[in-house]
Amino acid sequence: MADLVFHPDEVKVVSRRFGQGATDIDRYLELDGYKAVEKALAMEPDAIVNEVKNSALRGRGGAGFSTGMKWSFVPKQSAKPKYVLCNGDESEPGTCKDRLLFEHDPHAVIEGVVIGGLAVGARSGYIYIRGEYRYLSVIMQKALRDAYAKGFLGKNIFGSGRDFDIYWHGGAGAYEVGEESALMESLEGKRGIPRIRPPFPAVVGLWGGPTVINNAETLANVPHIILGGADWYAKLGTPKNGGTRLFCLSGNIAKPGVYELPMGYNLKKMLYEVGGGIPNRRKLKAVVPGGSSCPCLTADEIDVSMDFDSVMKAGSMLGSGGVVVIDDQQCIVKFALRTMKFYRHESCGWCIPCREGTDWLEKTLIRFHAGGGLKKDIDNMQYLSENMLGRTFCPLGDAAAMPTIAFIKKFRKEFEDHLEGRPCPYEPEGAVERLPVLSH
Amino acid sequence: MKFSEEFEQRFAEMVPHYPTKRSALVPTLLYAQDEIGFLSDEVIAEIAVRLDLTELEVRNVISYYSMLTTQPRGKFNVQVCTNISCMVRGGEEILEHCSQNLGIGHKGTTPDGLFSLEEVECIGACSWAPAAQVNYDFHENLTPDKMDRVLEEYRKSGKQ
Repeated sequence: MADLVFHPDEVKVVSRRFGQGATDIDRYLELDGYKAVEKALAMEPDAIVNEVKNSALRGRGGAGFSTGMKWSFVPKQSAKPKYVLCNGDESEPGTCKDRLLFEHDPHAVIEGVVIGGLAVGARSGYIYIRGEYRYLSVIMQKALRDAYAKGFLGKNIFGSGRDFDIYWHGGAGAYEVGEESALMESLEGKRGIPRIRPPFPAVVGLWGGPTVINNAETLANVPHIILGGADWYAKLGTPKNGGTRLFCLSGNIAKPGVYELPMGYNLKKMLYEVGGGIPNRRKLKAVVPGGSSCPCLTADEIDVSMDFDSVMKAGSMLGSGGVVVIDDQQCIVKFALRTMKFYRHESCGWCIPCREGTDWLEKTLIRFHAGGGLKKDIDNMQYLSENMLGRTFCPLGDAAAMPTIAFIKKFRKEFEDHLEGRPCPYEPEGAVERLPVLSH
Repeated sequence: MKFSEEFEQRFAEMVPHYPTKRSALVPTLLYAQDEIGFLSDEVIAEIAVRLDLTELEVRNVISYYSMLTTQPRGKFNVQVCTNISCMVRGGEEILEHCSQNLGIGHKGTTPDGLFSLEEVECIGACSWAPAAQVNYDFHENLTPDKMDRVLEEYRKSGKQ
């Protein structure tokens, strides 16, 4: 059980039932549960899509694409069955919000899947939960059984004459599977290797049928939009960035935790007021604003509104809501190395720029951190990263390259401090095994 | 090859959820591993037959997923996260500490078969870092002392 936190600036939409016992279906019903599905059943599919479009809800998995727009790409007529796939393969380092959703409000996710299905004309959906989250799979499976028992799922849901099935599916450890096309491969019982697009999943997805894939948090927002209305939801955030976000504060911060704040909340305020600032009398060095794949922002760059467009303008991404704080006692080279080690480990190996690029970058960073780097390696790392961008089937290659480019650009001096035999200035003498400079 | 009643029930319930049999493969492998301890040749052969796959196809999938293993592990698999959020809060020290306490390194198993140790990637406990999972149980906001207590509890329960 993960601890909950609270701050007065929070605006509780998807987290409003956290800690309220809403995993129990009867308790969930007392808390306005399943009212949104009943309302959606009386709506035309296009009206649901429009409501979600107008709410300015954007994908919470990281890409920030308009959810209503995504739904509108699903063809009305299809020879093959259509599906809704909930992406609960949360694994972007820095991100731990879907865990709370599944733990505290699984029925909201179920409702979101049903409403998505009604909007696009699907009759079944899958909720994919990462393998490590076994206790959450247990909670979700019970929630699904309870919903079936009440007639909210299965044949003739709510006596509407319509059928809708939702099944749980579990992973077994793979970051790459959080990418939508790899997610479908994994669900089909294969290695999680991405598919080339087009065709996009909305047209050719699971088992060849049109498929809507949304992050768990995105789907959990949908019932609130249907009940509260698009206008209410849109106004909680900033223009084109509707609603709130579950921000996961982690790293060198006094009060880490998952906080639900309005879209567009100021990052500086988030760190110093909500998060209580940097502990141990240290100073902020950098912050990764949206999960490990997002370029870092330096301490001078944090006066930014946390919505997709503003963070993009500031040169990074809002990503998955994982705000990782780095204090001045941390070594950026080591941080970049740990990030790259992750991407090298998780690269599925399908696309050469990603497979080889992450491996070369990790090896170079290991050497660098151990005092065996050359000045030209700094430029080489940058060149290599830039050449990975946009050259892979899925964004994992970009996810590895983008933060590296930013670390080098913004903290070049720290890289230079590690040059030619110098040990890492942040580690005690002898803590890092020294590697010789390669003469090349 | 005999699985438990619970496994059989789960398997029978899961397969009709998909239009293709092989779709049940990944969760089935994980449930089988939980029961047997690892994916033995026998388990692989059995699951391949049940899902109309070749053993090679099953092995191909196993090798992709980090939680799946064809090698026996300890009764308690200690998985310490050292990814960024955990690293800046001492995740590496926790890993080193476990290594000292258990006398084994990354992917090692104690001679009595009680523990194995693994350095893992992000487990989704970033806001409660540093964190580890022992089998499926999360242990969060760890310190070396707290980690010792956690290991001691498992040691006790494993010897009963």
